[in-house]
Amino acid sequence: MEIPRIVGAGLVVIGAGIGIGRIGGSAMDAIARQPEATGKIQTAMLIAAALIEGIGFAAIFAS
Amino acid sequence: MVFSKKPFEYLFVVLVAFFSLTSNANSTNTIEVTKKGNTVENNSEMKVLSKDEKKDEERKEFIQHHLLDSHDFHIFSYGKNAEHNVGFPLPVILWDNGLHVFSSSKFEHGEKVAEDGGNYYKISHHDGKIYKTDSNGKITENTKGKIQNEKPLDFSITKSFFMIFIVSVLMFLLFAGLGKSYKKNGSIAKGVGRFFEPIIIYIRDEIAIPNIGEAHYRKYMSFLLTIFFFIWFSNIFGLTPLGVNITGNLAITGALALMTYFITTFTAKKYYWKHIFWMPGVPVLMKFVLAPIELLGTIIKPFSLMIRLYANMLAGHVVLMSLIALMYKADSVVGSPLAFLLSFVLTLLEVLVALLQAYIFTMLAALYFGAASEEHHHEEAH
Amino acid sequence: MEELFGHISLGLFILQTILFIALIFLLKKFAWKPILDAVNEREQGIKDALKSAENAKKEMQNLKSDNEKLLADARAERDAMLKEAREIKEKMINDAKAEATAAGEKMIEQAKAAIESEKNAAMADLKMQVSSLSLEIAEKVLRDELSNKDSQTKLVEKMVDDAKLN
Repeated sequence: MEIPRIVGAGLVVIGAGIGIGRIGGSAMDAIARQPEATGKIQTAMLIAAALIEGIGFAAIFAS
Repeated sequence: MVFSKKPFEYLFVVLVAFFSLTSNANSTNTIEVTKKGNTVENNSEMKVLSKDEKKDEERKEFIQHHLLDSHDFHIFSYGKNAEHNVGFPLPVILWDNGLHVFSSSKFEHGEKVAEDGGNYYKISHHDGKIYKTDSNGKITENTKGKIQNEKPLDFSITKSFFMIFIVSVLMFLLFAGLGKSYKKNGSIAKGVGRFFEPIIIYIRDEIAIPNIGEAHYRKYMSFLLTIFFFIWFSNIFGLTPLGVNITGNLAITGALALMTYFITTFTAKKYYWKHIFWMPGVPVLMKFVLAPIELLGTIIKPFSLMIRLYANMLAGHVVLMSLIALMYKADSVVGSPLAFLLSFVLTLLEVLVALLQAYIFTMLAALYFGAASEEHHHEEAH
Repeated sequence: MEELFGHISLGLFILQTILFIALIFLLKKFAWKPILDAVNEREQGIKDALKSAENAKKEMQNLKSDNEKLLADARAERDAMLKEAREIKEKMINDAKAEATAAGEKMIEQAKAAIESEKNAAMADLKMQVSSLSLEIAEKVLRDELSNKDSQTKLVEKMVDDAKLN
C-alpha cells in the first residue's frame, strides 16, 4: 500500500521535473531568440514553473 | 541583484547566519535521549539503539522540532545534557470553556503537565500541540498514531505568532517611516527607502498593472505590497539562526491564501462568474461539464498558493538542516567541510528562493485578481 | 495529507488572519498610500515637465519658422523693390532718350523750317532788290532809250515778261 503511493509520487515528481526543465529550456531558447523580451519571458516562465511545482508538491503530500 | 554591489558584506552576513545554525544543530548532539520517549515507544518493539542510531534519531527529531511551531522561544541549549536552555517562554492562551492564560514555562519544554483552572494540559512531542489530559499527562493514540485527546482552541503567542508579530511591527515601522519621509523630503525617498522604493514600483509596474490592468489595480495594491513584503521578510527570518519557520507553517500560508481567495471572490465582476458558470464560446453540453471544473479551480488556485509557499520553505529548511546534520554525521575531515560547503551554497540558494516565492505568490495573487476584475470580453482568448 | 492538515493550528490561523488584515489596513493608511501618492505625484511632475519642455521646444520651432518666414518676406520685398527700381531706372533712361531724340528732331525740323523761310525771305528780298535794281537800271537805260514812245512801251512789256519768268 505504501510503496505504490511513494512510487506514484515519485513518478509525478519526475514528470514535474521534466515539465519544469522543458519550460526552462524553452525560455532559454526564447530569450536567445529575443533578448529584448527577457523580462516578460522570465515572468511567464516563473508562473508556469510555479504552477507545475504546485502539482509536484501536491503529489508529494498526497503520498 | 541589489546585493551584488556588496558581495562580501552580504556573504559575511550569510556566513554569520549560517554559523549560528550550525551551533543550533550542534546542541542536538548532547540532548538526552529520554526526551524523545514517545516516538520510540510507539514502535512497539523497543529496539536497543546503538550510539550512532541514537544520534541519528536525535537529529531527525531536532529537525522535526525545528519545522514545527513551539510554545517557547528556544534559541539553543548547552551543557553536557543540554540542561541549560537559552530562550524565553511565551504566553499560552487557550480557549477551553473559558479563557486560560499562563506562561509556557509551566510545561518546562514539554516535560511536564501544566495545570490551569482545574484543567491539565500537555504538549505532545508528536506535533508540538497542546492537548487536554488528566493529571498524569497521559496522551492516548489510536493505531494510526492519531492523538485521541481533546484539543483546546489554541490562541497562544507561539514562536510563529511571535515572529509574525515582529515582522508586522518591523514592516509597519519601516514603511510608515518611509511614507512619512516622503512628505518631509518632498516626494523623494531617503535612506532605506532608496532600496525599497524600486521594489514597490516594480510590484506596481511589473506585477499589478500588467496582470490586473490600469483601471482596477489601485484597490489591490495595498494587499499585494503587504503580502509581498510579509512573505519576503518572513522567509528571510526563516533563514536566520533564530530557528523559526514562519512561512513553512500551513496555518500562516493558509491564512494568506484564504485572504487571496476571499478578495478574489468578493471583488469579482459579472464577467468572472459568467466565465465560471456559463463559459462563453463552448457548446451547451460542455458548459455543464466545465462549470464544476471551473468552480473547483477557484478553490484549487488558492490551495496551490498555500501548498507552494509552505512546501518550498519547508523543503528548504529540511534540506538545509539535513545537510548541517550531515556535517556532524560525517564527522571526518573530508565529509564535514564538504557538507558545510554544500549547505552554505544551499543557504545562498534559499535566499534567492525566499525572494522568488514572495514574488510568485504576489504574481499569482495579482493574476487571480486580474481574472476577477476583468470586464471586457476577449473573444480571441476562448 | 491527513497528517499534514492535522498540523494546522486553528488558533494560529485565526491570529494570523486578524494580524494580517490589521497590517494591511495600517500599512495602507500609513505607508502605501503616502508612498504611492508621492511616487505618482513625482511621476506626474516628471511627465508635466517633459510635456512643457516639449511645448517650449515646439514654440521655439514655431518662432524660428516665423522668423524665417519674416526674413524670407523681407528678402522678397527687397528683391521686388530692387527690381521695380531697376525697371523705373531703365524706363526713365529710355524715356529720356526718346524725349531727347524727339527734341533734337524737332529742333532740326525747326531749324530746317527756319532755314527755308530765311531762304525764302532772302529770295524775296533778293527779288525785290533785283527788281528795284533792274528798275533803276531800266530807268537809266530807259531815260536814254525812251526817246521814242513805241520803243518805250515795247521795252517795258518785254522787261515785265522777263521779270515774271524768273
